[in-house]
Amino acid sequence: MTRFRVAVHVVPRRGLLDPQGKAVADALHSLGFSAVASVHVGRHLVLELDAPDADAARAMAREMCERLLANPVTEDFQIAEVSAE
Amino acid sequence: MKFGIVTFPGSNCDYDAYHAVVDALGEDAVYLWHKDHDLQGADVVILPGGFSYGDYLRAGAIAALSPIMREVVQHAQRGGPVLGICNGFQIACEARLLPGALLRNASLKFVCAPITLRVENATTRFTSGYERGQLITLPVAHGDGRYSADDETLDRLEGEGQVVFRYAPDRVQAEESYNPNGSIRDIAGIVNREGNVLGMMPHPERAVDPVLGRPDGLALFESLLQHVAA
Repeated sequence: MTRFRVAVHVVPRRGLLDPQGKAVADALHSLGFSAVASVHVGRHLVLELDAPDADAARAMAREMCERLLANPVTEDFQIAEVSAE
Repeated sequence: MKFGIVTFPGSNCDYDAYHAVVDALGEDAVYLWHKDHDLQGADVVILPGGFSYGDYLRAGAIAALSPIMREVVQHAQRGGPVLGICNGFQIACEARLLPGALLRNASLKFVCAPITLRVENATTRFTSGYERGQLITLPVAHGDGRYSADDETLDRLEGEGQVVFRYAPDRVQAEESYNPNGSIRDIAGIVNREGNVLGMMPHPERAVDPVLGRPDGLALFESLLQHVAA
């Protein structure tokens, strides 16, 4: 077993109204960042877990996302990074 | 008739639900601790409002995995009535007792106000004491009440009469501001396909006493009583 660090991104599904993202985009515009077309606010989770290899760590994280970390109705997730500690 | 009211860490409407059942309706109620595995013979389970687990991760997500939810889901699968109010609606969705999800209010503001609802289906065991199309007033108090589901689910809900309450304009609530959270198709409350699980954002248990305004929530509890006693 190796200790892995798995980073997960959870974001609101594209196309759904994201008022939080819109509020942040409006604030960025008011700071003069007129190049910003849109913002989506999600969650970044860092899991430390033990697995035989990186693929197994990734598979475990995926199942965790499907069962708890992301809401399948409204959110998408992405396993952003898997690294051995 | 016995009501079981689940107390999660962060529930804050469990006492209101108890008051509605015991003092207004005149029936028995017990508090059910979220770590227990015993519904104590309750005929009806209430998942009350509040902020279980501080709304960590997503409102209702952690509470949906509480030990007692195993028994609540079994109770629902046997056809037992479950009433999820506010945070309880969020928990019921996260536990997949109901379809869809509740998202941050479109305004990003917490809303706490009396609100007008239209009763869309008065044939459920929760709403037989109302009339179809009746306008009622109940309080809302939430930050994450915007119901959301995909179009296919929404069409099915509408087609099967599962949309029970909708936010509605009236003389006080202007045409453009009657929906307090941006909920899709103005949905305020739904039942599952079998009709024994109701989730709603407004608080019927806070509208059962004439001292506190129009007691429009009482008929919901009376409907349940009639149905279970029958």
